[in-house]
Parts: sequence; structure tokens; C-alpha cells
Amino acid sequence: MSEPIHFQPTTGFAERARAAAGDPALRRGFRGAMDFLQAKRLAQFPDAGDLATLRDLGAAIRRHALENLPQLLEQLEAKLVANGVQVHWAETPAQANAIVLDIAHRIDAKRMVKGKSMVSEEVGLNHAMEAAGIEAMETDMGEYIVQLAGEGPSHIIMPAIHKTKQQIAELFAARLPGVEYTENVDELIRIGREVLRRKFAAADIGLSGVNFAAADTGTLCLVENEGNGRMCTTVPRVHIAITGIEKVIARLDHVPLLNTLLPRSATGQAVETYQNFISGPRQPDELDGPDEVHLILLDNGRSQAHADLQLRATLQCIRCGACMNHCPVYARIGGHAYGTTYPGPIGAIISPHLLGIGATAALATASTLCGACNEVCPVRIPITEILIRLRNEAQARPAAVGALRGAGEARSALVSTIFRAWAAVYSHPALYRLVTWAMSRGRGLTPRTQGAWTGIRTPLIPARKRLRDLLAERRRQ
Amino acid sequence: MAHDTRSYPQKPADAYLFATCLVDQFAPEAGLDAVRLLEREGIAIHFPEQQTCCGQPAYTSGYPDEARAVARRQIELFPEAWPVIVPSGSCAAMMRHHYPKLFAGDPVLEPKARALGERIFELTEFLVHVVGFRREDRGEPCTVALHTSCHARREMGAHETSAALLAGLAEVTVAQQARAEECCGFGGTFAIRHPAISEAIVSDKVASLVDSGASRVVSADCGCLFNILGRAEHIDRAAGRGEPSLPGEHLASFLWRRTAGEQG
Amino acid sequence: MTAMTARDNILARLRRSPAGAPAPLPDVGAWFAARRVDDHEVLIERFKTHIRAARAEVHDTDAATWPELLLNLAAAKGLRTLLVGKGTRHGAALAARPQHAVSIIAYSQPAANWCDELFDGIDAAVTTARSAIADTGSLILWPDAQEPRLMSLVPPVHFVLLDARAIHADLHAAMTAENWAAGMPTNALVISGPSKTADIQQTLAYGAHGPREVIVLLCREGEAS
Repeated sequence: MSEPIHFQPTTGFAERARAAAGDPALRRGFRGAMDFLQAKRLAQFPDAGDLATLRDLGAAIRRHALENLPQLLEQLEAKLVANGVQVHWAETPAQANAIVLDIAHRIDAKRMVKGKSMVSEEVGLNHAMEAAGIEAMETDMGEYIVQLAGEGPSHIIMPAIHKTKQQIAELFAARLPGVEYTENVDELIRIGREVLRRKFAAADIGLSGVNFAAADTGTLCLVENEGNGRMCTTVPRVHIAITGIEKVIARLDHVPLLNTLLPRSATGQAVETYQNFISGPRQPDELDGPDEVHLILLDNGRSQAHADLQLRATLQCIRCGACMNHCPVYARIGGHAYGTTYPGPIGAIISPHLLGIGATAALATASTLCGACNEVCPVRIPITEILIRLRNEAQARPAAVGALRGAGEARSALVSTIFRAWAAVYSHPALYRLVTWAMSRGRGLTPRTQGAWTGIRTPLIPARKRLRDLLAERRRQ
Repeated sequence: MAHDTRSYPQKPADAYLFATCLVDQFAPEAGLDAVRLLEREGIAIHFPEQQTCCGQPAYTSGYPDEARAVARRQIELFPEAWPVIVPSGSCAAMMRHHYPKLFAGDPVLEPKARALGERIFELTEFLVHVVGFRREDRGEPCTVALHTSCHARREMGAHETSAALLAGLAEVTVAQQARAEECCGFGGTFAIRHPAISEAIVSDKVASLVDSGASRVVSADCGCLFNILGRAEHIDRAAGRGEPSLPGEHLASFLWRRTAGEQG
Repeated sequence: MTAMTARDNILARLRRSPAGAPAPLPDVGAWFAARRVDDHEVLIERFKTHIRAARAEVHDTDAATWPELLLNLAAAKGLRTLLVGKGTRHGAALAARPQHAVSIIAYSQPAANWCDELFDGIDAAVTTARSAIADTGSLILWPDAQEPRLMSLVPPVHFVLLDARAIHADLHAAMTAENWAAGMPTNALVISGPSKTADIQQTLAYGAHGPREVIVLLCREGEAS
């Protein structure tokens, strides 16, 4: 299975995390953004009881869809085809890119404009287009900025969250002909608008993601604030939507409920500016809209998650990013350090299916399991429980390795030995008493350097007397 | 898992203490003060000598077999139907909420784990909801900051009961801190596996606590306390400070000292 | 036998997945219904409050006077060109007004034929809204042959005629009352104010790619068009 070109193996995770955590400007930027987004989200959910009910419903919609996934996908396909939409299926990123390229070659496309699509990032679509000599232009302001900088998004909702306006001002002045340095955000956005307006009109293909695909009517629902998504799905003669197979829902009238949760959870907005419902290509009497609409349904490891009753819950995700906005780890290292298309807590539980459990093992351990993600997830994905499961799988004994790709690959002989020894001591009370007695009596010999712990903390030294000793003394008195 | 609403028993004549491995080995005073607090309320505290650890380090590190080997020993330690009090929200949550998952499908141990879970109480939860703790504050006026561990907060609701206990102390002011609900960066083996990230998180936590103006930090979880205090002390040493800029202790010790009229 | 396709493989894998815990279809309608108010005046006020919070303008008007109001607003904003749908009653109503500063242009040919002018030469457009939503302050548009999709997207200013009687409590109510499930147009839109972005350091800026201004002409008496 081909991997996206930009995937950075998690062997380098520790170095990237260290560099990011040690970058004061990055830390300040993320901290400010996280505080802002957390406060805005909280203000949108003043009633805890109401929020709990909403989350129950959101989870129920998604669980219902996943429990009926093959039937709903077939229904979606049948409805879309009846509406005139062409439906394609891709098992791998390479297949997805090949489908796009086939369409592009057939219509002799030179230019593509792209609305925000994390799945297109996942498959490395931009690289595939560029390799074929087709310009792939990001048009979401944040995506445009990171593309101009030669980077990838650091957040699934706010791609340029790691950049200050000064950095963006420098970027625009350096890369855009005739543009002077300005930190005025309105002016920066005006510049982006002008550059991109030319692109929409000149593009042959508009590419987009999908937020929800309603099976009952064959409708693709896309939400956004900027209008670039509508441009991409309306102006070019061909619209290609690409999405994961999990995005289907049973009914169109589930969208209002999910859209009550999505923007509030994501950015603390009550509603997005545009909810764009696409059910087919332009009709003969219409004056605009694409002549062709295509939907690419991508698997890329999702069916592996679906096959596992616990891991299936990862597919409930509606990509709001609230888990990363509330994650103490993400706040310290930002999205790029993860090295995966999807960063943060949700990235840590999705990426193993895309890239293998061994390759992403460091991400599963890069969590304190604090549970802030579970608390804010609008569809109640038990993220920390899944992280624990993935830790189990990553270092599963050879005999216990199941069906998951890359399971057992991160097993370390040293760590396994340590935990075996630990279990031997702690499951034999007499041995535990002996060892802890020796540790307290020999506390003067406790090493003052205790690995990573004492790199930044004073050492942990056993007490002179254990609690059991103090209680025994107390009983004797 | 959000902390649940549960019904509480009458104040019992007898209760078990599951002290946790950290308290037993590294913070025995906290355990002793918990015993003193409870016995003063007329509850006989029983400490099963066979207890070791709840098994959480292995459970969260990807070693479920090792976690089960340790956890199954603890399940057998509480034969009487008395409450089991745990002076750590994290370990209490492990025993109350995660044991049943750890033994899911085991015809003998899963029901036992569930039954035990019903009897597991975090210390501050027990003091507030079962004991109805109310003792006169006999200490000098002081300002403290409260840190509640993430599992205590999100799985046991112990931030509310810890705050309630502090609110009952007339001379104690609880300082407001920035991002009180954010993790301290301990996370068990996380602190060792990802030292740079842990350092960033705990350093921010120490800064928030110092900036709160509190003269000390109290917490009902030793893991967080060791992380926060160890970091604060390390910063002090690096800066050549003799006096700790952020002293701290287990909430049980603070509560005992304030209400027993002992100096400290 | 033909080779297994990606479709066959994916569906076969999904069909092999074990069945999980029961997951009944949730009653989403009940959640919305429980929060609804019946008083239509309250809905109108909610709509106005919410869409104004999203930086849209709302003007009360009626079937007789909205053309004059629109043209006055256009003049005050210095708009020179106004796009109207071809063959629409409201387009005709505007064109029938005596001399005014803004020139009325009809969207009468496929977009590709006049893309440059559409993108660069049109200051504003006027369309009707099919209905609206009180809870979120949103306009519902079903673009069609007369009022194409780009009218509400490309020009920097978007005037919207809305009949006050067509305001629903929420999107679920609108979908149900209008029976969307019976047949969707090629493109349905729910628009909640002018286009915006906060992609640069969380600073809100209006007029990202779509209109910078959305101006709702709320017709309180009689039909808008």
C-alpha cells in the first residue's frame, strides 16, 4: 500500500516534539489559539445537560451509520448515480490519485482548485497532480498560506494555526509579486482573495472534501465559512469530491443535528457561513454548476478499523478538531510534530489504520490519558480507551498479534522485561514487602539520577518508613 | 467516561484503606493522615497487608496481562462488604472503572471487579459524601492552590469534593489558577517516554500555580504532586533558591493538620 | 468472472465486520421539536438577531417598497452594477423603476461565457431566499435556472429578498416542512451571513471568497416577488 509522500515516520517524533516544545514562539502561538478556541467552544454550550443530550444524539447518528455501513454506502451510491453523480471507490491512496488523474486526463485538465479536504492531504493528492503536470491550488485561506510556505496543515480545521500574522505578512511579501509587507489581516485576506479569484475562473477541476454524505437523498454536505468551497464545487466544469467511506449518514435530516455540534465544537461558532448541499451536476437549463460531479470513496485502512468493535468508534469522527484544541500535548507541540496528516488525539487513533500500528506507536504513547479529548468529543469517541488498546496492540506478544496491520512491531524486549519484573514483584505481596522494605532501608542508595524523570525534576526517594511500617508502629503504641 | 452520579452508603463502622503503591513507599504521611482523619470520624480503618498497586502503570503502558496479574491480587483483598477508600483519584478510577474492563469476559473476575468497583471511593469523595466531613479549621489564614488529577476530575468528580473540603476550612483561601483543569503532564510512563512534552506541560503547570499567589499546592493525588513538586524544586535548585517557591502536600495531610490544630 | 474491483473488496470487507451493539436510528426531530417556539414574531426577531450577529444587514420592508429601498441602499454603497435573475418578477420590478444610478444586469448566459465580467464587473446581486432559519440566522436558497448558484457567491454584495412568513425555527424544521427528502435540487444552500475567515491568527475577517456584505430585505407584508 503506497503511503503519502509527506508522511514522516514516527521514529522522528521525539526529536520533532522536542524541537516544537522548545520553540517559544510556536508555544505562545498554540497556547493563545487553544485558549481562544476553548473559551469560544465553552460559550456555545452553556447548558451541560443539553450538550450531553446533543452528544448522545451525535454519537447515535454516527454509530447507526457505522453499524449499517455497507448498506448505506450502496444506497448512497445508487442515489448519487440516479442524481447523475459518478461514484468511484479507492482502496488505497494510489488508487484515489489514479482516479483523479484519469478524470483529469480525460478532460485534458491543466489546473485544479481545491477546497479544504483532509482526505486529499491523506492521499498526497497535490504531489500526484504536480507529478502529472497539473497545478493543484489550495484555496482555503489557511491551506493557501501553508501551501505557499511549502508546508502541510498543522490543524485539521485551522491549517495555518502555527503561523503568526507577521510570518504570513513576510510570506506574502516574499512570494507574491507586487505585494508589500502588511500585518493588516483584512488586507492580507484581500490579497489572498484577489489571487485566488483568478484561479477559480481558470480551473478545470474543483476538488473538495465532504462533511456528511446523506444516503437517503444522495446529497453531499460541505460546510465552510470562506466560500472557496462553493467556488470549487460550482465554478470549474468538473467537481471531484473525495471522502472516507465512513462519512455516510442514513438521513439528510441528521445533518442539522450534526451541524449543531460541528461548528460549535470546532471553532465555537453557532453555525458555518455556508452549508452547501450538492445532489447532482448542473441540469440542462442551469447556467452554472459543474457539468460532472464525481465522488471518490476511500478506504485506506478504514475497513480495518470497522472490523474491530472497539476501534470502529474511531470512524465516528466528524473532524471538528475539538480533541486537539483541548489536548495538553497538542498545545505544546502543534500539529507538524506528529508527522501524520491527522494530528492530535484523533490523529493518534486514526493514523494506525492508515499507516500501521508499528509506524505510529509513538503517537499512541504521546498522551497523558488526561481525558480532555473524551470530554469534548461531540460524538463521544472514547479516545483514551482506544489509545490504551493501541498501546496494547503495538507491543503485543507475537502469540497475541491479531489482525491489525503492524501490531506487535513496537514490542521492546527491555520494556517487556521491566513490566514482567514489575508484575512479578507487585503480584507477590511477600516479594513486594521485601523489595519495598529494602528500598526504604536503603534509601540512601537511591540513584539521584533517574533517567528522564530527573532531567527536569528532583529524584523520587522512598520514605524512611513505608505506610505499612507506620501503621504497624501505631498499632503497637 | 464522565464521572457518574452514584448513591452513597451511610457512614460505616469499618472501612478498608487501599493506600496505593506511591503512598505506601513515597508518601506514607499522607496515608497516615488519611487514616487519622477517618478514625477521628469513628470509622475503624483496615489496611490489608497484602496490597501492592492497582496495576495502572502496566494497564496504561500496553501490558494488560501484567496489569491483570497485579490487579487480580488486589480484588481478593477486601472480603467484607465495607467501603474501600483510596487516597488517589487516579487509582480509585482504575479500580472502579477500569477493573471491569480489564477483566471483561472473565466469568469469575469480571463480576468480582464490578462488585468491588461499587465499593471503591476516592478519599475526598468519601469524606464529603459518606462522612459529611465538618471540622473546625484551627490553622492560620493561608492561601492554597488545588490541583486535581485528570482521572480524579473526569472519572471520579473529585475536583468538586476536594474543593468542598477546602471550602469548609474557614481560614483557607483557594487561589484561582489559570487552566486549573489542564493536565500536569505526569501521565505515568508518559513522563519518561516523552520527557520534552512532559517538561513543557509540567513547567506551565508550575508557573500557573506559582502565579496564582498560593503559598502551597494541595492535591489528592500523589502522582501529580511528585511531578509538580519535583519540577518546582528542580527549578528552585537551578535558580539557587534555598526555600521552595512552591511547597505542597497531599490534601489529607493538609486537612489533618488544619483540623487537628497541629503546626506546620 | 471479472476481477474484484475496489468497490467489491471494500464492501466485502465491511460485510465481514462483526455486528456491534444495537444502534437504533435516533429521533433527531424530537430534540429540535422540544426547543421550538410557536410565536412567529419571536422567530422573526431571533432570525434578525442571529443573522445580524453574523454581520448581515436586515431591513424591514414590504412588497411595495422594497425596490426603492434596495436602490437607495445600492446608491448609498456606491454600487454601479446589480445582477438579477433572468425573467424573475423582482428583476422586472427593479428594471421597471425610473432612472437610477445602478445598472441592472441579468444573468442570462452560462457562467463560462462571461466569467471575467461576472467576477470583476458585478458589484452586487439580488436573489430571493426560499426560506430562513431563526435559530442560526440563516437564509435558505435553492438556486435554479433563473437564479443560478454564483449569484449568491461571486458579487461582493448580496441582497436577499425574504418573505417573513417563510422563517422556520431551525434547519430540521425547514427540511421537514419543505419535505427536502422528497427531492433535492442540484444545489441547496444555507447561508449565515457574509463570507469570512479566521485563518490568520484567529482574527476574523469578512469577505474571504464570497460576498463581503449580505443585506436581507425582510418583507413583512405581502409576497416579496
